[in-house]
Amino acid sequence: MMARFSDFRLKGLVFLAIVVFALPMFISNPFHYGLATQTALVAAAVVGLNLLVGFAGQISLGHAGFFGLGAYFSAIMTSNYGWSAIPALVLGAVFVAIIAWIVGRPILRLKGHYLSMATLAVGFIIAIILNNEREITGGPDGMPVPSFDVFGWELSVFGQYSLFGMDISGDLAWYLFAGVVLLVAVWLAQNLIDSPIGRALRSVHGSEVAASVVGVNTAKYKSLVFVISAVYASVMGALYGHFQGFITPSVASFDFSILLITMVVLGGMGSTIGVIIGAVVLELLPQLLADFQEMEMVLFGLILMLTMIFMPKGLLPTAANLLAKRRAKSAGGDA
Amino acid sequence: MFRKITRRASKFAAVAAAGLLAMSVQAADPIRIGSFLSVTGPASFLGDPELKTLQMYVEKINEEGGVLGRQLELVHYDDAGNASKARNFASRLIRSDRVDIIVGGSTTGATMAAVPMIEQAGVPFISLAGAVVITTPVKKWVFKTPQSDRMAAERILTDMKSRGLTKVGLISGTGGFGSSGREQTLAVAKEMGGIEIVADETYGGSDTDMTAQLTNIRNTDGVQTILNFGFGQGPAIVTRNYAQLGIELPFYQSHGVASDGFLELAGSNAEGLRLPASPLLVPESLPESDPQKPVVEAYKSEYEARWNSKVSTFGAYAYDGLNLAVKAIEKAGSTDKEAVRDALENIQGHVGVTGTFNMSPTDHNGLEADSFRILEVQDGGWKLIN
Repeated sequence: MMARFSDFRLKGLVFLAIVVFALPMFISNPFHYGLATQTALVAAAVVGLNLLVGFAGQISLGHAGFFGLGAYFSAIMTSNYGWSAIPALVLGAVFVAIIAWIVGRPILRLKGHYLSMATLAVGFIIAIILNNEREITGGPDGMPVPSFDVFGWELSVFGQYSLFGMDISGDLAWYLFAGVVLLVAVWLAQNLIDSPIGRALRSVHGSEVAASVVGVNTAKYKSLVFVISAVYASVMGALYGHFQGFITPSVASFDFSILLITMVVLGGMGSTIGVIIGAVVLELLPQLLADFQEMEMVLFGLILMLTMIFMPKGLLPTAANLLAKRRAKSAGGDA
Repeated sequence: MFRKITRRASKFAAVAAAGLLAMSVQAADPIRIGSFLSVTGPASFLGDPELKTLQMYVEKINEEGGVLGRQLELVHYDDAGNASKARNFASRLIRSDRVDIIVGGSTTGATMAAVPMIEQAGVPFISLAGAVVITTPVKKWVFKTPQSDRMAAERILTDMKSRGLTKVGLISGTGGFGSSGREQTLAVAKEMGGIEIVADETYGGSDTDMTAQLTNIRNTDGVQTILNFGFGQGPAIVTRNYAQLGIELPFYQSHGVASDGFLELAGSNAEGLRLPASPLLVPESLPESDPQKPVVEAYKSEYEARWNSKVSTFGAYAYDGLNLAVKAIEKAGSTDKEAVRDALENIQGHVGVTGTFNMSPTDHNGLEADSFRILEVQDGGWKLIN
């Protein structure tokens, strides 16, 4: 039974679902729900980025640009033009997809450092536009975002809702919503990875030349996964904006791009659950270290450095490796 | 036997309870003052002096016996100039730390990100950021201590008019401060009447030469004076280019560069330029009759003695914020949030370093444009004009 479960394709998803829905039993403070919600949304964006980085082996140092673009598209459409949140979110995703496709085609011809430079530039350009178009985006001072609404039903952190006869606060409702979004994001990513597209992507990661020799259209798959990961970022950006209620161009900043990529690398490239752990660690660590005041940045850097030195493959793969080794050892001892 | 034990236990419990009660009378819970500031990151020049000011005055007030017989406790987080962090920390202050009042928010972005949550939770909040949007329209729980850029624009344009200068060439940075200042200057000029913006140029935050924009302005028909609204290194470069081009028109800068650091950067090129500034730059030149004089002098000497570094106008915002908070708590006689808020809203004639605060239900800033002093650079130092 256990063995069969461990072979189950979506075991990570089941495990994640248990964690997501069990968490409210252990926390009750609205502040903690807020953190959890934010972490879930960012983690979902990181799952998308991992498709590009972990599976296709391409790098994007400008992903916060797409995140910010999605957030601002929704913010502008809902607050300035009175759109409902869902069409704004969907159209924003389409808009970002088109932009990602247009910039992705030429820049994905680049490799290594050149590719990272090009994606870096895309992120910077988006951030500069958001900063300078003051009439539309409010400039560096940011702009307010209305609550998320679905067919007139509004999801606000300040609201009160009832679900299956239980009264739940707006914070908890948002958390549950974000949790479901994360699960859907993981499910979609997992299905993509296990599909022919996923295999093609992994072949590109392994060796682009070999992949094209066996007939994989590498250019097509690379830009496809670039678009998909940009759409992930855009949708999560839009939700993040609605949740926060106020956004500034810092959501599209270079710092945030680096944070996203660090989450992927820290958690374990190519492991969907691993990158979520990376996101959780990097979102919560600053809060845990906030009490150390001046030492916060030093400790943060130190932790990252030590993890990278001693766990170069990322948190989850290293842990899984250790576990497998121990198991092999004890199995060897039995024999 | 059993009865004996229970009797003893109940005696012990009674004694313990009495002891606890006595202790809680002796040391009343501290008044918790929450703060989130941009102590690191691009806005650290704001957050650093603000935090230092809060720390030293909380210590000082506690040494002098606290407020309402209770000690103050400062709960501080660094938002690094990031709006989402500011919102998280505001949430943490309200829901986890359960602070009584919040004094903080170094930048407009950080402040506005935290406002919806603060309004909802109903905690008095004194912001240390500049933009007009923070208190216009008035929000029930939100107050602020710095003058807005709108007041700076009013003050500058009024001074220009009094000198008979009515055709203004405007040059501004594209950063948050410059672009907001530009907007306000254009709006004020329109409302004021009798003064006209005849040229409108901008420059980027990392530009290293503004001679092209200045030449454009100089060549504009009838321009009588030039105003630069900007922040950081930009204004120093504009000042240098201005001198290099040999422009003879009267030159104005905004309060964004009202610091001794700017004088050092711009050197002799700054000679003769005017700007609106906090009286903190010229405490000695203030007339004895000025009620702000002793407050300004005390803050300056205390800050410089404690931290061994130059005082800044930004730290003064925190000084005023903390004092307003303390005054409101004293007036309210408790830390009941509703009462403190009401007291804050009714503070009249509070003399601070930035200006004299007259709060009202329609004005949660409480300052007038004339709290800015017009200064002129003469012989490499500041000279008070009015």
